[in-house]
Amino acid sequence: MPGILEFSASELVEKIRAQEVSDEEYIGECYDRIRKVERRIHAFLTLTEDSALKKAREIDSRIRRNQEVGSLAGVAIAVKDNICTMGIRTTCASRMLDNFIPPYDATVIERLKAQDAIIVGKTNMDEFAMGSSTEHSRFGPTLNPYDLRRVPGGSSGGSATSVAALEATVALGSDTGGSVRCPASFCGVVGLKPTYGLVSRYGLIAYANSLEQISPIARDVADIALLMDCIAGGDSRDSTSVDSGPPRLRKSLVEDVADVRIGVPEELFGEGTDETVSKSVWNAIFKLEELGATHTETRLESLDYALASYYVIAMSEASSNLARYDGLRYGFRLKDEDHDWSTAFSQNRRAGFGPEVKRRIMLGTFALSAGYYDQYYLKAQKVRTIIKQALSKAFKSFDLLVGPTMPILPFRLKEKLLDPLEMYMCDVDTVVANLAGIPAISMPCSSNRGLPIGVQLMASAFREDLLIRAAHTLEQNLGELNLKLQV
Amino acid sequence: MESTDLRVKIGLEVHCQLTNLKSKLFCNCSADYRQSEPNTHICPVCMGLPGTLPVLNRKAVDDALLIALALNMQISDRTIFYRKNYFYPDMPKNFQISQYDKAGGIPIAKNGTITLDGGKVVRISRLQLEEDPGKLSYEGTIETSRSTLVDYNRAGVALAEIVTEPDMSSPREARVFLQKLRSILEHLGVSRGELEGSMRCDANISIAGRTRVEVKNISSFKEVERALNFEITRQRNLLRKGLRIGRETRHWDETRRITISLRVKEEEEDYRYFPEPDLVPVLITEQEVEKQKLSMPELPESHKQRLMAQYRISLQNAEVLTENKALAEFFEECAKSYERPDLLGNWLVGDLLSYLYEMNLELKDSKIKPEHMVRLLELIDDGTISGKIAKDILKEMLTTGRSPEDTIKERGMRRISDREYLQQLTEKIFDSNPEAVKDAIKDEKAIRFLVGQLMKETEGKADPQLANILVTDKLKVLRARTRQN
Amino acid sequence: MVDTARRKEITREQVRHLAWLARITISKTEEQKYAQEMSEILKYFKKLDEVNTEGVEPTYHVVEVVNVMREDEPQPKPSDELLKIAPVTKERFIKAPRIV
Repeated sequence: MPGILEFSASELVEKIRAQEVSDEEYIGECYDRIRKVERRIHAFLTLTEDSALKKAREIDSRIRRNQEVGSLAGVAIAVKDNICTMGIRTTCASRMLDNFIPPYDATVIERLKAQDAIIVGKTNMDEFAMGSSTEHSRFGPTLNPYDLRRVPGGSSGGSATSVAALEATVALGSDTGGSVRCPASFCGVVGLKPTYGLVSRYGLIAYANSLEQISPIARDVADIALLMDCIAGGDSRDSTSVDSGPPRLRKSLVEDVADVRIGVPEELFGEGTDETVSKSVWNAIFKLEELGATHTETRLESLDYALASYYVIAMSEASSNLARYDGLRYGFRLKDEDHDWSTAFSQNRRAGFGPEVKRRIMLGTFALSAGYYDQYYLKAQKVRTIIKQALSKAFKSFDLLVGPTMPILPFRLKEKLLDPLEMYMCDVDTVVANLAGIPAISMPCSSNRGLPIGVQLMASAFREDLLIRAAHTLEQNLGELNLKLQV
Repeated sequence: MESTDLRVKIGLEVHCQLTNLKSKLFCNCSADYRQSEPNTHICPVCMGLPGTLPVLNRKAVDDALLIALALNMQISDRTIFYRKNYFYPDMPKNFQISQYDKAGGIPIAKNGTITLDGGKVVRISRLQLEEDPGKLSYEGTIETSRSTLVDYNRAGVALAEIVTEPDMSSPREARVFLQKLRSILEHLGVSRGELEGSMRCDANISIAGRTRVEVKNISSFKEVERALNFEITRQRNLLRKGLRIGRETRHWDETRRITISLRVKEEEEDYRYFPEPDLVPVLITEQEVEKQKLSMPELPESHKQRLMAQYRISLQNAEVLTENKALAEFFEECAKSYERPDLLGNWLVGDLLSYLYEMNLELKDSKIKPEHMVRLLELIDDGTISGKIAKDILKEMLTTGRSPEDTIKERGMRRISDREYLQQLTEKIFDSNPEAVKDAIKDEKAIRFLVGQLMKETEGKADPQLANILVTDKLKVLRARTRQN
Repeated sequence: MVDTARRKEITREQVRHLAWLARITISKTEEQKYAQEMSEILKYFKKLDEVNTEGVEPTYHVVEVVNVMREDEPQPKPSDELLKIAPVTKERFIKAPRIV
């Protein structure tokens, strides 16, 4: 097992700066690892080996010459393929963008580059981020590195897998309804969905724009803080971003939960929650109590409606966000058309989109259409308000709300493909945070039959510091997780 | 059948480009796209590239507030943007970021009025900001072209949409309304109406209390009147035959001068308006509104009143002058050095304007200078030239930019054969040369001196034949008189 | 025989119209399939009817940011690279299918 690949980003940066480790060598080892395991787990859609090595050599050279290097100097990062990277194919795992090469970098990419992080490749995902298993990728699924018969979660399955499988040290995903926390939980890694507006969405190819955030994935909480300090902060190109500087979350990497009041909503342990998951999460809560926190069980009835509210809103926004894909300005275009524009667009989109995407677009179109708008879209947005208010109220009595990230263990491939609704149900615990715009982190707390289980902590808006502190404390005090990679 | 008998009701939806803005509404591409190569004023945002986001232009809001104030509207203290979802090749995102007044939408201003010259009040129901789509062109006509060519230079340019209630009762009134609106926007400095495509409108028309029909694709004010006149005739004919007027959208075909039904398929469009998630609300404070109020330029109505009071020109002339801000400015510039502004007014409103119209020229694009206009009038006043000649000279000055004297000299290269003019000169010469006249009456050969004087007076340019005739005739008359005596 | 006990939340006609509104061609078989799937999902969404939302304002923006605007300053950008990624162009135009 290659040792260098197991280091955290924080550790690596130190070693690279101290010239204990050559960045070129480390990046080289990443690609060796990728070559070794990719055909089995398929985490990546595009690899950028030449440019990565070139950048690594350059960083080593700058260090040798005593020049400044960034906070993520030389660190290998995998980027979900719905985040625009200039000059690098960005497909959203869809035929529609199979040949799309963005002429610009997303803001987060600019910030990563400014801190000398090295993009090693673009990762697999559910098409246009619509899914919870990465099985809806046009290019085939990614497999769970802890059990290759199972899904890695989604939609950021490729990113979580690449980090778990040691192909990259950290990764970026996007989280609209749990799309980073779900795969983080299924792959035994840490994933944080930031407060809405904390990380710029400029360059994130939109699925549901009032719900989503670009989110960091790493193997420990310290790396999450490191990434957040780099990418977070206001951006003039994103009107919904909050005008604040970097959050300086590394300051919260202390072991202290003495004052932390934990609320445990009953609704997060709803019907359908696996017993082992429930038990593991409760153990994590008790562990935190051991370390000084207090917990109270609570009820937040409105959470039962979170899933329906989320899907109506997400699909509605998606139906509009994906209208731009007509083949005129970029992307997939059928050849030899001799149709009027309306027919041509329709044929093009038929060929370019997968069935889940089409389903959501049509449902979203329905929810916004005349005669149904009030009953569906408007209603869902009102329910959203109720949920948001309920959480605000809860956060007066609690610092954190804790529960499972996923109600179940990683399921088998194809198990939930027959019934779309079954797949949607997986998001029941994660959508809450997106609806309310609050931050939520998933970290591994246990395992069962060699499969990872994640615990989810939520805090009120802009209280990532609490999440980092509590998660870091828990992480430092958990025992071995008994997880063994199958690759 | 009079419009009033038909109970014609016309409402307009006018899209005015905020041509004063340097950048587009939601991105910082240059908005000065006319005269540019296609697809040169574009960026990832206005091209709708995946991952891009809109950011609102502050000055667009300021300009919209000026319009709202000028139209006596209620300004919202909070306004939000909506998406209007529909597919079309000129739409980079296949939705337009606009505003809406239903389903929780709040446009930037509501409930205003425009008063037409003569007192008719047209109610303005709403004012909203939205983005312009791109421009389509064809190889041939829209019906025969095998493909469509798209230029996104215009996509994303800021539009102010002004929607009226169906208060206009004739096509002419609709045109007058548009002229008034254009004048107001010009006076505000937010939109130059003479730029191609800067003001477009759709019309809604119903007659005799029947169904409302929408007419789109009207490219100019002239076409508005034509299109609506056609529609009234068409609808009237349907009623005469006892047929229904369908509630539909019709497309004005400028070439064939008819409206045609646009719906090709049975499907009905549904815009699925919902609030734009990528833009946040705009709160408009009283201070903000006050600031715009203070910076408000002179509007056509007060401009008109002031011109009448300051220069003692007629109401009619004042109305026409303020309809076109540039013309009014030209007038005032001339009036600085000319004592008869009433005459000046007549010349500008009557002659200058009609020549510009004839030549399809905007005053701003013509070459005439105020000092030359004044000089021209002075030359008429001191009798150097006749009114008739002056008109010709004025016409020329519009395209050459030369002074009247230079123009006369230039023109003088050609024969002066203006009979009236030469007649005048003849009188003048006879008056100033009594001895020579006496001689010429006695001896016909002495005519040469007088003709010579006439030629000298015109610097040799008078038509010699005509000059001869005039002098001879006059002498005949005088000889006859002398004999009588 | 139509199962009247299971009332459809969405009909095939509606699906066809939605497919047109969304400009996605679907076959007759797909119409049927989507109608069924979407009905199930819409039935689940009906759960929202249980919530009393009287007097509740919708949340369109979950973060309380307002008045985000930029100055009216044009910034020229290179446009050639944008034309390069367009699938079909003619001279400097982007070529689209015919209108009728």
